[in-house]
Amino acid sequence: MKIKRLLVLTALLSGTLAAAQKTTVTVGVFPDLDSVLKAALPGFNKLYPDIDVKINSLAYADHHNALTTALSTGKGANDLEAIDFGYVAKFAEGNGMIDLSKAPYNAGALASKFVSFTFPQSTTQDGRIVAIPTDIGPGSMFFRTDLLAKAGVKPAQLNASWESYITNGKKVVAANPGTFLIPDASEAAQIILRTGLKAGEGLYFDKNNKVLVSPDNARFVKAFTVAKQIRDAKLDAKAGAAFSPEWTTAFQKGNLATEFSGAWLVGHMQNWLAKDFSGKWNAQNLPGNTFASWGGSFYGIPAQSTNKDAAWKLLQYLTTNPAQQVLAFKTTGAFPALKAGQTDAVFNQGVVYLGNQKARLLWRTAATKIQPLDVNKLDPIADQIVGDALGSVLDGSKDIPTALADAQRLVERRAR
Amino acid sequence: MTAPPAKLTPQPPIPKIGGWDNFQRKYAPYIFISPFFLLFFAFGLFPIIFNGYLSVHEWQPGSGLGDMKFVGLRNFTDNLTDPTFWLSLKNTTILAVESGLPQHLIAIPLAFAINMGLKKAQSLITAIYFLPYITSVVAISVIFFTLFSWQYGVLNAALNSLHHIPILGVLFPADKINWLGERAFVQPSIAMVIVWRYVGWNMLLYLSGLQAIPGDLYEAASVDGATRAQQFRFITLPLLRPTMFLAVTLSLIGGFQLFEEPYILTNGGGGVGQAGLTTIMYMFRTYNAYSDAGLAAAMAWLLFIVIGLLTLVNNRLFGRSGMSDSKAAK
Repeated sequence: MKIKRLLVLTALLSGTLAAAQKTTVTVGVFPDLDSVLKAALPGFNKLYPDIDVKINSLAYADHHNALTTALSTGKGANDLEAIDFGYVAKFAEGNGMIDLSKAPYNAGALASKFVSFTFPQSTTQDGRIVAIPTDIGPGSMFFRTDLLAKAGVKPAQLNASWESYITNGKKVVAANPGTFLIPDASEAAQIILRTGLKAGEGLYFDKNNKVLVSPDNARFVKAFTVAKQIRDAKLDAKAGAAFSPEWTTAFQKGNLATEFSGAWLVGHMQNWLAKDFSGKWNAQNLPGNTFASWGGSFYGIPAQSTNKDAAWKLLQYLTTNPAQQVLAFKTTGAFPALKAGQTDAVFNQGVVYLGNQKARLLWRTAATKIQPLDVNKLDPIADQIVGDALGSVLDGSKDIPTALADAQRLVERRAR
Repeated sequence: MTAPPAKLTPQPPIPKIGGWDNFQRKYAPYIFISPFFLLFFAFGLFPIIFNGYLSVHEWQPGSGLGDMKFVGLRNFTDNLTDPTFWLSLKNTTILAVESGLPQHLIAIPLAFAINMGLKKAQSLITAIYFLPYITSVVAISVIFFTLFSWQYGVLNAALNSLHHIPILGVLFPADKINWLGERAFVQPSIAMVIVWRYVGWNMLLYLSGLQAIPGDLYEAASVDGATRAQQFRFITLPLLRPTMFLAVTLSLIGGFQLFEEPYILTNGGGGVGQAGLTTIMYMFRTYNAYSDAGLAAAMAWLLFIVIGLLTLVNNRLFGRSGMSDSKAAK
């Protein structure tokens, strides 16, 4: 009897001990990355049965706001946090996120495993690594094959150069009344600003924090000039930012001949944005055979995390496991940031929506050619100021030299 | 002669109250009233004090509370020398006037008409006019965004079809107007939405003000042969002054705190040439996109000063009489 009791007691005790050894990691994510995470869990738990993962998913903006609040007050962050590209620079400031370049993480050694442009995006100027990339958005020019065919314009003619894009774009719009070449002229300027960089140059600041915005900077002058030419030729729908109602309606009505965006746009197009035009869209490199990236996601560990070891294990699984990266790509179309994740057979398959074009190979090549951009903490401010200046040029209220000189003054005022 | 005061006799001592009773009498009231003060301190007073503290510090919200750096009044001088701050203040002023003035010019006669002529349907009409005020501002702005759409909007479609009516057609534009994409139209478009939204609210204020005016004044006036217009001019307007003062003050404060409508209608960016960028929007951007909490906090104080000054001016304009009936009735 006594022995039986003792056995039960031992069993109970060992049971509670085992439960106590199991750690729970909380992860903060946003849609659609949460679907990727959910899909990843069975594989992760097979490797680490002693780690429980709890997913806290919030809407895109809410997630990043909650993270900001948690970092500012020092309370409430998850053990692992997803960070979208647009927020990485912001969270790199201060000491809210762990520097993964230091021991025991030594994440610097991982850099060579990733597509070259993405790792520097989460690395600060003083060498701290605040997050590890998981997916990227290699850019391409999407175009409507039927509209181009009606105008007798070949895709190669559109992307040979920006001049050629405009000249042939006029033909496309003329042959298809009621259509637009591009949702907004400013998109062209944004691409030119991001692709004509010299080594050591950031978007708006150089390595020594000198402001690059200027009426004498060829990159800015060309960006503004091309955008203005597109607007003056009445080629754009003046739709403003992507996902604005004007932009959405133009897509749904099939009134757009081309759009520049990340590979992920195909998912939106086939699911809701341009359902009726399956097989009519196709992908091509950006005009002038330039390469740019649209967004991407990262994972980082907040300094306040209480389960850093387990969080690091999960982070590594999500970012450096090739099978997981392929699974993510199949789940939501999140393009792998990991080079080893891009060798799967699925990349050789055609994309049904794009008329079975093998567009993934195009994106994979594009990803290797995108230049890393040095980020500066004043980028969001400069971005706004330059965007406003471009708006003034496009609506004709300022000429290009004046707008750029004004913008330069405003950016310099902030950068002192 | 008064009776001599009764001899003072020692009163029996007040019976000692037990600890619990004593507690109840002395402290319980504080406990009962404490929820208000706790809430007030946590959500009313603390944010104001913290905002004041922030306004003299440099702080990036993402870096934790320990990273604040005292900078004195630099945030204030930075704001006062920032052209975008002044632009936002100018936009806010224009929008406040463009949207504020029509509200009252429509609401007062409307309230008068409803009060005088439509006794039976009064509550129904009031409810209809009040509806926009209680509808979600996000829903309203999104719908107006769609109506204002340059290529696919109903507004342009309507104007365009009106243009094809013979003779009258010349009054309407032949080309589509880019309401939210062209500098000249951004502010009027936003103002239009705000007027539409708040007319009902102001009308309700004026209606209640009108109903406080004694009916016999109007009766006496009509016996004396005063027309409706004269009654409006000599009875309604003067007696409505206190209500006007209240309504204009509320519009002023609301106008200078404009955020949701211009934010959504301009996609958060302020629109072409930043014509729709209000001070609150700029403050939000400074905090959220630029991560400069101190600068944003200082901006809030500057806006507070502006609103305070304008309310003072408003007070002067209406005179002290704006506050009381007696003087206004003179």
